[in-house]
Amino acid sequence: MIGLSHYLAVSAILFVMGVLGIFINRKNVIIILMAIELILLSVNINLVAFSAFLHDLVGQVFAMFVLTVAAGEAAIGLAILVIYFRGRGTIAVDDINRMKG
Amino acid sequence: MIQLLVFLPLLCSAIAGLGNRVIGNTVAKTVTTAGLFVSCAIAWSIFVPFLTGASHAYVADVFTFIHSGDLKVDWALRVDSLTAVMLVVITSVSALVHLYSWGYMAEDPDQPRFFSYLSLFTFMMLMLVTANTLVQMFFGWEGVGLASYLLIGFWYYKPSAGAAAIKAFVVNRVGDFGFSLGIFGTFLVFGTTQIPDILAAAPHMMGSTIGFLGYRVDTMTLLCLLLFVGAMGKSAQLGLHTWLPDAMEGPTPVSALIHAATMVTAGVFMVCRLSPMFETSHVAMTVVTVIGACTCFFAATIGTTQTDIKRVIAYSTCSQLGYMFFAAGVGAFGAAMFHLFTHAFFKALLFLSAGSVIHAMHHEQDMRFYGDLRKHIKLTFWIMVIGTLAITGVGVESFFGLPGFGFAGFYSKDAIIGSALASGTQVGGFAWFMGVFVAFLTSFYSWRLIFLTFFGTPRWAASEHIQHAAHEHHDHGHDAHAHDAHADHAHADHAHAHAAHADHGHDAHHSEPAGEDAGHEPKPDMRGFTEVEHGTLDYHPHESPWTMTVPLVLLAVGAVFAGWAFAPTFLTGEFWQGSIAYNEHLHEATEHLGAWAYAPSVAMLLGLAIAWLAYIKDTSIPGRFAATFRGLYVFLLRKWYFDELYDLIFVRPAFAIGRFFWKKGDEGTIDRFGPDGIAKLAVVGNRITARVQSGYVYTYALVMLLGLAGVATWAMTR
Repeated sequence: MIGLSHYLAVSAILFVMGVLGIFINRKNVIIILMAIELILLSVNINLVAFSAFLHDLVGQVFAMFVLTVAAGEAAIGLAILVIYFRGRGTIAVDDINRMKG
Repeated sequence: MIQLLVFLPLLCSAIAGLGNRVIGNTVAKTVTTAGLFVSCAIAWSIFVPFLTGASHAYVADVFTFIHSGDLKVDWALRVDSLTAVMLVVITSVSALVHLYSWGYMAEDPDQPRFFSYLSLFTFMMLMLVTANTLVQMFFGWEGVGLASYLLIGFWYYKPSAGAAAIKAFVVNRVGDFGFSLGIFGTFLVFGTTQIPDILAAAPHMMGSTIGFLGYRVDTMTLLCLLLFVGAMGKSAQLGLHTWLPDAMEGPTPVSALIHAATMVTAGVFMVCRLSPMFETSHVAMTVVTVIGACTCFFAATIGTTQTDIKRVIAYSTCSQLGYMFFAAGVGAFGAAMFHLFTHAFFKALLFLSAGSVIHAMHHEQDMRFYGDLRKHIKLTFWIMVIGTLAITGVGVESFFGLPGFGFAGFYSKDAIIGSALASGTQVGGFAWFMGVFVAFLTSFYSWRLIFLTFFGTPRWAASEHIQHAAHEHHDHGHDAHAHDAHADHAHADHAHAHAAHADHGHDAHHSEPAGEDAGHEPKPDMRGFTEVEHGTLDYHPHESPWTMTVPLVLLAVGAVFAGWAFAPTFLTGEFWQGSIAYNEHLHEATEHLGAWAYAPSVAMLLGLAIAWLAYIKDTSIPGRFAATFRGLYVFLLRKWYFDELYDLIFVRPAFAIGRFFWKKGDEGTIDRFGPDGIAKLAVVGNRITARVQSGYVYTYALVMLLGLAGVATWAMTR
C-alpha cells in the first residue's frame, strides 16, 4: 500500500535533486531554471499528498497556484536568458558573476 | 610715567609686527625707534633723581595676575635704584640699536618683523627688571628668551641660524628649570613670591634645613643655588655658556643689544636683586664666585684663538659676565652692577662697530681676511679703539693732586678685582688671581682684534665675500675710485646688486650643509692669518651711513665717560638705598689695597705689549706659538671641546632616545596596534567577506538556503 510517507520521500528526493541541480551545475543557466521547477514540483507533491491525507482541498488549490507561478517564472526566466545571451554572448553559469562585490 | 616707559615698546612692537607689510618698512622703523627714544628719555628722567638722591623706591600697580589660594601675584612695576640703572641701560642701548638697525638692516626684506622683535625684546626686558614678584620676573625672563630665539633665528633660511636659535632656547631651558624650581621652593618656604617680603624674611631662615631629593640641605643654600642655575643659563656661565657664541648667527645689532648689553646680564641683575637672600648662604656665594671666576678665565682663553670677529666679542662678553658674577660672589654687588652698566656701553659699542666693519667688508666676519682697514673706515677704527680702551680698562689714578681719568672699564673692572682681593677669603684670592690674569688675556685678545682688523697688510683677497663683491663690482663697470668718491651713491648701487642675490640674503653667503645638528660645526679652517692670500682685489671698504655712525658716537661717549662720571655714585652705598646688599667694610678695604691695586693695569699693559709684538712687530709669532703648543692651541680653538662633550653626553643620547621612542615606541607599538592595526583589520576583514560575495547565483542560493534552514531550525526548536 502506498502511504503518505512514500509521497513525502519522493518529494524529498526531488527537492534535493533540485537543490543540487542549482549548486553543482556550473554549465547552463537553463538547467538552474529546470532545477527550480523540480523544487516547486516537489513542493506540489507535498501539498497534494497532504491534501489527500487530510481531506482538505486547500492544498490542491495551492498546488494549482504554484503551477501557475512556476509557469510565469519559467517564462520570465527564459526571457531574461534570451536578453542576457544577446548582451553577453554566453549563458554559462561560471561567466555570470557581475554581482561580485 | 613708568607704565608708559614699559608698555610703549610693547605697543610699538604690536604695531610693527601686526602691521608688517601693510604699513611698510619706513613706518614700522619710525614707530618703533621713536617709541624707544621716548622710553629712553623717560628712563633717564627716572634715573637722574635717583642719582641725586631725590627719588625713592616705589611700586606702581598695574593689575591682578594670579589670585589662587595663598598665591597672590600682581602685575606691578617696581622702581628703585637698581631698576633705574637697568632701565637706563636697556632703553639707551635699545634705542641706539634701533637707530643703528636702520642702516645695518637697510637691505633686508623683513624689516618690520625685525623691529617688532627688537621692541618686543625691550618690553620683556623691562618687565624683567621692574618685576616686584619672582613670577613676573620669570615672565620677563621667558619673554626675553623667546625674543632672543626669534632674533637669533631671524634669518630662518640659514640652517645654522635655526640650529643656533634652537640651541639657545634648549640650553636656556636647563637654566630656567633651575630658576622655576627656585621659585617654587621660595614660595614653599616663604609663602609668597613678593621679592621685598622674601628678602625681609630671608635672614630668619638662615640655618634651617629642607628635604630635597631625599637629603636634608640648608634651605637658603638650596634656594640660592637653584636660582643661580637660572642666572647661569641666561648669563652664559661655565657649563651653560655654549649657546652664546652660536647666538652670533643673528644679526649684529641683535648681538649688541641682547647678547652683550642687556639679556645676558639678566642673571647678574637677578643675583643683585636677590642679594640679601644670597648673602644668607655662604656656600651659594662661594659657588657664585668660583663659577664666575672660572667662566671669566675660560671664556677669555678661548677668545684669544677665535678668528670670527663676532665670536671673539661673544667670548669676551662671557668673560666679562664672569667678572660680574664673581664680584657679586664676594659681596661687591655695587661693583657688579657698575660693571654691568659700563659693560653695556662698551660692549654694545664693540659689537656695533664690529657690525660696521662687517658691513664695510661685505659681510666677511673672519678677521684673518681683514687687515689695514684703519685707512678706509677711519671713524669705525677710532670708535673701536675707544671700545677697546674701555674694555681693557685703560686709565690713571689721580696722583700728585692731578685728577685721574680712565675709560669706563678702568673703574668698574678695578673695583671688581679689588673687591675680590679685599674680601680676604680663599675663593676671593682665587677670583682675584683669575681676574688679574684675565685682565691680561682681555687686553691681549682685544688688541689682537684691533691689530688683525685695522693694521697690517690687506688680506681681503682670500675672502669669498670680497671676491663675490669685487666680481659684482666689475660686472657693473664701476670705476673703483668712483666708489670711494661717491660712497653713498655707490653704496646704493651696491645694495641693488646685493638685492639681486636676494635669495641668499644678508649674511647668508655661507650656505652650510643642511641637516646639521647643533654642536656640529664644519671643520674649522686652521690656517693662520699670515698664511692666507694677501691683496685687496680692488675692493674699497666704505664707511657706514649716519644711522649707524651716530649710535656708535653716542655709545663711544658712554664708553669714555660712564666710568669716570658714575664711579663715585655706583660704588657707594647711599645711591642704592638698600635695593642691593651693600658691604661697607668691603668697600673700605677695597680703597686700601696699596700696590696690589695696580696689578690689573700692569696685566693690561702686558697684554697690549704681547699683542703688539705678535701681531704688528713679528707676525710669525702666532704661527710659531700655535705650532709649538699644538695641543693647547687646538684645545682653545675647539673651545675646550665643550660642544663635542655635550654632543657626546647629551645630544647623541637624546637623539638615540628620541629615535628609540619614535621607531620602537610610536611606530612599532602605538601605530602598529593602534590606528594602523585597526585600519589593517578592516582591510583584511573586508577581503575575507568580499570573497563570500562571489557574484555567482548558486552561491547566493546556497547562502539563502542555509539561512532558511537556520531560521526554520530555530523556529522549530524554540
